Amino acid sequence: MNVEWYVVLSSLLFAIGAMGILVRRSPIVILLCLELMLNAGNLALVAFSRMVGNQQGQVFAIVVMVVAACEVVVGLGLIVALFRRKLPLDVDALRELRG
Amino acid sequence: MEAVLFFAAALGALAGAIGVVALRNPFYGVLALIVHLFSLAVLFLLLESAFVAAAQVVVYAGAVMVLYAFVVAYVGGETEPAFDPIPGQRFLAPLLGAALFVELSIAVLGSSLVALGTEGPDVKAGFGDPVGIGKLLLERFLLPFEASSILLLLAAVGAVVLAGKRGEA
Repeated sequence: MNVEWYVVLSSLLFAIGAMGILVRRSPIVILLCLELMLNAGNLALVAFSRMVGNQQGQVFAIVVMVVAACEVVVGLGLIVALFRRKLPLDVDALRELRG
Repeated sequence: MEAVLFFAAALGALAGAIGVVALRNPFYGVLALIVHLFSLAVLFLLLESAFVAAAQVVVYAGAVMVLYAFVVAYVGGETEPAFDPIPGQRFLAPLLGAALFVELSIAVLGSSLVALGTEGPDVKAGFGDPVGIGKLLLERFLLPFEASSILLLLAAVGAVVLAGKRGEA
């Protein structure tokens, strides 16, 4: 398979994730869509690593996984904190900081 | 054979991604993301990166998704109300997504990377196995490796501070 196919698939997945962030309102689903975008980036990194023929891109992908895990932990912590304070889990209702 | 596997995995990944965006119940969204992650692991295997594929399945589809499942179960996976706070959002967002896809494709395919249109160079048998990745992580990329461990620690502490009992006061 040409490497191009992987890169185009990755940009398609990235666009789907971005669209999800624009459409959805539940913070959990927005985090899931963020995961989609991060994984699309990972796919592109691994595809480029294969294209160049060295493994450094794969190390990048692993570091991206670490960052994604951190983002999930903090994001889910925020969601649990919101839930405990009986705030609505809807990003359009949480607009106090929006000026 | 490789093409069949690629298209099967790509279809799985696309179906999972669309499922995450389209399904109203967050719990089904989590399940769709697991399908997506497994398909991506197959794609990583096709790209000769066995270690990243294994980490994808164990860390992502295993640990991270279990965390999501627990939080969805705790918060209660209520379906979203269907009202439209921004008029035209549901029509505008797919349009913007399509525009982003076209833009990204043009940007990547229009770049003058020499290996575009090839399958990449032939690689040795051990390409992407844990030995090579581990050597890179502990020699060339030692500093980013340590920095990411500090990042993980900070995230764990931050989550405890955010969601811990004391925060209720």
